[in-house]
Amino acid sequence: MAKNELKKVMEVKNLFFTYPGAPEPTLKDNNLSIYENKITALIGPSGCGKSTLLRAMNRIHDLYPGFKYEGEINLFSRQSEKMENILELRKENELIGLRQRIGMIFQKPTPFPMSIYDNVAYGLRLQGIKNKGELDGMVEEALKGAAIWKEAKDRLKESAMGMSGGQQQRLCIARSVALKPEILLFDEPTSALDPISTGAIEELISELKKEITIAIVTHNMQQASRLSDYTTFMYLGDIVEFGETEKIFLNPEEKLTEDYITGRFG
Amino acid sequence: MRGRLFRDFSLFSATLAFFLLVGIFAVLFTYAQESLHTFGFDFLYTEIWEPGEDDEGGIFGGYIPILGTLMSTLIAMILATPIAMGIAIFLTEIAHAKIVKPFSIAIELLAAIPSIIYGMWGLFYFAPIVQSLFGGNGVGLLTAGIVLAIMVIPFMAAITRDSMNTTPDVLKESAYAIGATKFEVIKDVVMPYSKGGIIGSIILSLGRALGETMAVAFLIGSVMTLPGKITDPTTSIPVLLANNFAEAQDLEMSSMYYLALILFLVSFIVIALAKFYFLGRKKY
Repeated sequence: MAKNELKKVMEVKNLFFTYPGAPEPTLKDNNLSIYENKITALIGPSGCGKSTLLRAMNRIHDLYPGFKYEGEINLFSRQSEKMENILELRKENELIGLRQRIGMIFQKPTPFPMSIYDNVAYGLRLQGIKNKGELDGMVEEALKGAAIWKEAKDRLKESAMGMSGGQQQRLCIARSVALKPEILLFDEPTSALDPISTGAIEELISELKKEITIAIVTHNMQQASRLSDYTTFMYLGDIVEFGETEKIFLNPEEKLTEDYITGRFG
Repeated sequence: MRGRLFRDFSLFSATLAFFLLVGIFAVLFTYAQESLHTFGFDFLYTEIWEPGEDDEGGIFGGYIPILGTLMSTLIAMILATPIAMGIAIFLTEIAHAKIVKPFSIAIELLAAIPSIIYGMWGLFYFAPIVQSLFGGNGVGLLTAGIVLAIMVIPFMAAITRDSMNTTPDVLKESAYAIGATKFEVIKDVVMPYSKGGIIGSIILSLGRALGETMAVAFLIGSVMTLPGKITDPTTSIPVLLANNFAEAQDLEMSSMYYLALILFLVSFIVIALAKFYFLGRKKY
């Protein structure tokens, strides 16, 4: 495949999502494409549905009963080389397989109550990897990939709870990277961090896109413009505008997008 | 002025708890002196409890009630812990939101039933069932242990549930997000995260089971014999104290204080050990 040719890895088509008990859908007729090895940012004011959309992409909504999906989210399958609708998955092990392909990083760092090593090895062990040597290698590779190896290598046996917030967040990224996901979803990954840790995470995300396709929800407009290749602006559950980041920020088509980006509301 | 009053009152309340602890220990220790001097540590493994003629002297040993207390509590904890964990896991992680409330209320109500009711129910309804299933004559260690377990389960389950409920959703979601199943999330995230609360609930239940008098008095048989089998009747420290206090004098009374002192120390040591060992350890 040619270098500059874009390849769609995910396609959201006419997606509606309704929370349990809500009279109206939170997401209304969303359409969006996510391209391979690109960073796609989802921006918009609080409550616009950007996190809801992100959480639909790995079906994490399914943990809480009573929701409703309509439409399609198609994910490119490397095995069949076709787009497959992930909203059709029903069985628990299919969803587990999906979440191993599409990782997620949350707003606050969420290290598990175990050692640094075990945090990274956990997902690998769940996949059935038991061999100590193999695990050691993969843990090291993941920690290096998440730019935390230097700080973590001498304290692998220590509790992850003793790390700083920024380190914990990079550990969580390492934990996801270890599974070699196709897509990583970031849900405001730096909103609980100081500027220096934020910088480190942003640098890491730009580095990761060489291997992994990335979607990121952010409140921070500078972050979206610095990091992303594509930007989606959402408002009240609608996708108002989707396009290349440069175009969205410099020359938006919609008045609403322009107002939001220039800080007139939000 | 009001602030000062309030501060002094809080200080008074807090120190009161400490002085009560010391005071109770001092009373038990003082009244147990006679027995302590007469029997020393032999008391702990003497199987006889016999007042002398005319209530003068006699031989008293605490081996049987101490063993009965520990055994019935052990049976209760072995039975109660897994069931209480199961209830708590069901209520926090598995049950549909609609049935969580009625279940929780039922469990809290069970915890509020006075122990004498458990004792009566155990004796008239449950003891014959134990008899037909396991043999023996109905009352004994096993019956007491099972009913004790039934008594502490709601208590243990309620505390464990509250503690499991404090696991942040986002932590569970992170585990699901790397492909964990529900069972794995419970085992590797929820249980370790709420470890402190779980152990706390077990300890509190243990304390309750050790000191339970009324229900056990109905069910353990209250005889001063060493149980050969798990279904045999025996006695426990609180039961022996409750049954003999009215008539006992001098050395027997002092020996009962000795027994009370032992129960006090056992409860105290169990709780202190657990607190320092488990809860004091650095939380992962």
